[in-house]
Amino acid sequence: MNKNMVVSVNPHIYAGQTTQTIMRDVLIALFPAVIASIVFFGIQALLVEVVCVAVAVLCEWAFEKITGRPVTILDCSAAVTGLILALNLPVNIPLWQAVFGSFVAIVVVKQLFGGIGQNFANPAITARVIMLVAFSGAMTTWAPAAFSNAPVDAATAATPLAILSGAEGELPTLLQMFLGARGGSLGETSCLALLLGFAYLLYRQVITWHTPVAFIGTVLVCTALLGRQPLYQVMAGGLFLGAIFMATDYTTSPPTPKGRLIFGLGCGLITVLIRVWGNFPEGVSFSILLMNILNPYICEWTKTKPFGGVQA
Amino acid sequence: MFKGKLHGIHAPHRKNTVDCAPARMPVPAVITVPMSMNIGAPAKPVVKVNDTVKVGQLIAEAGGFMSAPIYSGVSGKVKRLDEIVGSNGRFDTVIVIESDGEQAVWEGVKPPVVTDKDSFVEAVRQCGCVGLGGAGFPTSVKLNVDPDRVHAIIINGAECEPYITSDTRTMIDNANDVIYGAQLLQKYYTADRIVIGIEDNKPQCVKIMEEAGRGVPGFEVASLPAMYPQGGEKVLIYNTTGEVVPEGKLPIDVGAIVINCTTLAVIAKYIRTGMPLVEKVVTVDGSAIANPQNIIAPVGTPIQNLLDFAGLKCEPKKVLYGGPMMGISVPSLDAPIMKNTNAIIAFDEKDAEDPVPSACIRCGRCVAHCPFNLMPASIESAYSNQEPETLKALKVNLCMECGCCSFSCPARRPLVQVNKLAKAMLNKYNAEQKAEAEKKAAKAKEKEAV
Repeated sequence: MNKNMVVSVNPHIYAGQTTQTIMRDVLIALFPAVIASIVFFGIQALLVEVVCVAVAVLCEWAFEKITGRPVTILDCSAAVTGLILALNLPVNIPLWQAVFGSFVAIVVVKQLFGGIGQNFANPAITARVIMLVAFSGAMTTWAPAAFSNAPVDAATAATPLAILSGAEGELPTLLQMFLGARGGSLGETSCLALLLGFAYLLYRQVITWHTPVAFIGTVLVCTALLGRQPLYQVMAGGLFLGAIFMATDYTTSPPTPKGRLIFGLGCGLITVLIRVWGNFPEGVSFSILLMNILNPYICEWTKTKPFGGVQA
Repeated sequence: MFKGKLHGIHAPHRKNTVDCAPARMPVPAVITVPMSMNIGAPAKPVVKVNDTVKVGQLIAEAGGFMSAPIYSGVSGKVKRLDEIVGSNGRFDTVIVIESDGEQAVWEGVKPPVVTDKDSFVEAVRQCGCVGLGGAGFPTSVKLNVDPDRVHAIIINGAECEPYITSDTRTMIDNANDVIYGAQLLQKYYTADRIVIGIEDNKPQCVKIMEEAGRGVPGFEVASLPAMYPQGGEKVLIYNTTGEVVPEGKLPIDVGAIVINCTTLAVIAKYIRTGMPLVEKVVTVDGSAIANPQNIIAPVGTPIQNLLDFAGLKCEPKKVLYGGPMMGISVPSLDAPIMKNTNAIIAFDEKDAEDPVPSACIRCGRCVAHCPFNLMPASIESAYSNQEPETLKALKVNLCMECGCCSFSCPARRPLVQVNKLAKAMLNKYNAEQKAEAEKKAAKAKEKEAV
């Protein structure tokens, strides 16, 4: 026996992807949305994003240090959570509230349930919903975006969804909607930037198309059937951000293509329900959160059938 | 019935040695021939210390029905019979032969008389052939079936493991033997189809086999996508015939026999010349090898000799029997080339490093890449929770240990490793259940008798 030789079980080679490269790819995919947020909402947007990411990473590090667990900040997942949360906030959010949100996402939703891979709901979504309830005012006060239709001297602007629901304001053109020149959260307004990110994630095989396409497709078809300006409905609110970056969260969505289609379909239906009949103009966050809760059942229903398996 | 495509992985090909015609290495000074080179019973030595042997001479007879005889690959003198720990971790007897360098062929080497299916199967048995794709299943046992049950004979030329090109070289250098073997099978089994499955990263083999097989009734070449594990038996059967081998059944139950192309060439050569399986073409490659190449070496040649012949760039940190996906790492370079060794892969320090596992992120890649649609992550948690019933429901027993799950896991979870342990756990549980049921039945019977 040669003591210098490694003996291990097969396989002896591995694919290039690791948790770290995957999370890094998500950060890269979010980069266009970050740029768009700065273009439309100014340098304050960057400040909110930096604060959220820094606090998320710090919270993860501190929690793991205090509880004596291996520190996992290098896998970049905390940074992803922080950045996605930031992109879900309005630009004028008081920074202490953003700090609170990041803390809730990482410590309460992620770490208290056991860390990466163990949380039952998406940390960023849950934190956003909690903030929406706790800081309703700040969370629904939208600054006017650059290049939008809002009057130059206006301090606030209505989102397209609010306008569609009857609030005062002029609807942006479809081009403005697509590029992102409209009221809304930091990272949700530019469909173009989000689609670039989507293309990158598909190219890098980080996510599959199933959930986003089923999600957005369901909203498109349902609002068309209901005669509610489907193109605006699809591009407005946080649909693209939610469908591409949050409904595809590995831990809280099904692993199989079939499961992912069902998950996306469910998200789409709940979003339409809330938007059309609910009190809130927007329902993407709630829909994803609800489907997160249903996720274990979807996984159970869509278990794969073993090749050659015979049921006893 | 199952429909659709089987999953797999796009492993790197690294077929660096595809153009290296096999080179014969100098006769090793000593060969160490293990008795366990096949699935089933080990062979029984028939030589004693100080006996002289020649190339092709019987040194061990089959140790049972599920076994195969072993012949010497060198001429020389039997030095000793040793007990060693074999590559499967069990004790094994080895015959150590000191070569005289003459390579004198044994006088008894002459072509067998083959007239019908039974004499054909007997010849395959005498040839000492075992599944050379790596499994080491005694070929005569596989071929000992009723010819009426055989509808398709599938020749495995997929060679889906990275690095390995020994089957590729068989198809390039010994196409005629492969075809002769196919003709023999056709003659004695009259199957409707003889298909050779080749991955499409070997277009030259596809072409050569198409040309060589022209005119053989029922012969066809299937060019298959280069996706690991294309050469897995059940995968190949499904991709060439559309048949699914059910749990607990054999390929013959769906009318198929799968035979590796090199195995077939060895059988053909034996029937042509009478020279049994005594040497192998071995691909020697990997990051620690200076000149990757194919080497012809007698069965029993120590790995060290092959590495010396191919040259080392650095000290090998991990050395494998077979390819990097399913290969077995050896603890020592004294370990010999066996019948079913088709490659020796030597890795440098960087490639030998064991990955550090982190928490499962439930990405589903293990499910997406499992050829048999198993759920390795669920199996892992069922195993760590000690739930054999769940393992049963998850069908871990179907796992062929191809390693696609571990390969694709971004958290580097030891998934296939746990599958192996889970299979053992399930087997133990099933045995206990069976024993308990039998005990109950016996008790009930006793009661009845009273």
